[in-house]
Amino acid sequence: MVPPGLDTRPCGGKYADIVAAIGNTPLVELKRLSPKPGVRIYAKMESFNPTGSVKDRVARALIEDAEAKGAIAPGQTILEPTSGNTGISLAMICSRKGYPLKVVMPDNVTEERTQLLTMYGAEIVYSPGEQGSNGAVALAREMAAGDPQYYMPYQYGNEANPLAHYNGTAVEILEELDEVTAFVAGLGTGGTLMGTGRRLKEHDPDTRVIAAEPLQGELVQGLRSLDDGFIPPIIDLSLLDRKIFVSNRDSVIWTKKLLQEEGLFVGVSSGAIAAIAARVAGELDEGNVVFVVCDDGWKYLSSGVYSRSVDELEADGTLERASFW
Amino acid sequence: MATAKIPPVLRPSTGGEKEVEVAGDSVGAALNALAEAHPATKGQLFGEDGSLNRYVNVYLNDEDVRVLDGLDTGVKDSDTLVILPAMAGGA
Repeated sequence: MVPPGLDTRPCGGKYADIVAAIGNTPLVELKRLSPKPGVRIYAKMESFNPTGSVKDRVARALIEDAEAKGAIAPGQTILEPTSGNTGISLAMICSRKGYPLKVVMPDNVTEERTQLLTMYGAEIVYSPGEQGSNGAVALAREMAAGDPQYYMPYQYGNEANPLAHYNGTAVEILEELDEVTAFVAGLGTGGTLMGTGRRLKEHDPDTRVIAAEPLQGELVQGLRSLDDGFIPPIIDLSLLDRKIFVSNRDSVIWTKKLLQEEGLFVGVSSGAIAAIAARVAGELDEGNVVFVVCDDGWKYLSSGVYSRSVDELEADGTLERASFW
Repeated sequence: MATAKIPPVLRPSTGGEKEVEVAGDSVGAALNALAEAHPATKGQLFGEDGSLNRYVNVYLNDEDVRVLDGLDTGVKDSDTLVILPAMAGGA
């Protein structure tokens, strides 16, 4: 029974501190995006996490895993390559727990990410933007190899990353839905797709697990050779039913669509994921399609994607240069 | 014929061409046609056993062929094969 004057229950839980409040994010139906009455599209709002992204789950799991293994103690410097969100999540958690943090990040990410990291007390080492996240990974590995004082959780190869979703995101989705026809998430480290996808398929082997990935602009494909390529070790392609790329242009179009039609203010990669979720929904006659909203839109305001037209962004090169994932 | 889009990292091997017309009714046949036309791409596209180099992602239109039927995936004349290097992301 909801008491008079309070119509917003449940409150979402009572927690000992902000780190414990990570997860338990809402699952929101997007009726206007659904192409058919029998197909329901749900957004798992990971943007509701304390620092505004799905990476809060991963960062907490990485640090708690290292603590449980006795690999770190307060005062130990944590070093991690990131395109931004993992760094911001680690920065908040490390500052709460007393670990100095150094993040390696491409130099073409938005200014907001730099400010957030600095605000939480992290030190930033920039890698060349034209090498994308590959460059950040390579530089961080080099730094960690040369200095044993660093502990590198390494989200790309640490099973704690998918386990955060196996034991969190997926369980929360299954608490709300009896059946998930398709699950769509972004492919970066692979953690969200592998962890959530594995659990959903254990529950129902017919659940289709679909990856949306960025079509990297030519300016962020600055590899000297294919041998500089990188495949996150935690990715198991056999778990995926489809893997589809989305251009920055389509990603921005769908980011705006989520804002205008459903009132969701989300990051550009979530627009890309929504584009694939809507496409998959259009191919079904009935069922539930769940997609992940990775982060909120605040960190991308300075890029102009919400205030300027797609054609303007394309004309001035923003779409080609930017690193939104 | 289908069109193969060449990433910057492979363009030195295609004489700078960004797109190459390729014949073949499967991804494997189309990539072999590319390798015949531009032999310098062969060692980069394929491993010694003839499988796709692990650091090369090939998309039929916008879907990764590794998650379809690999090199056996069927190709139509109107299709585009997009070749991309494997890149890390953050999501």
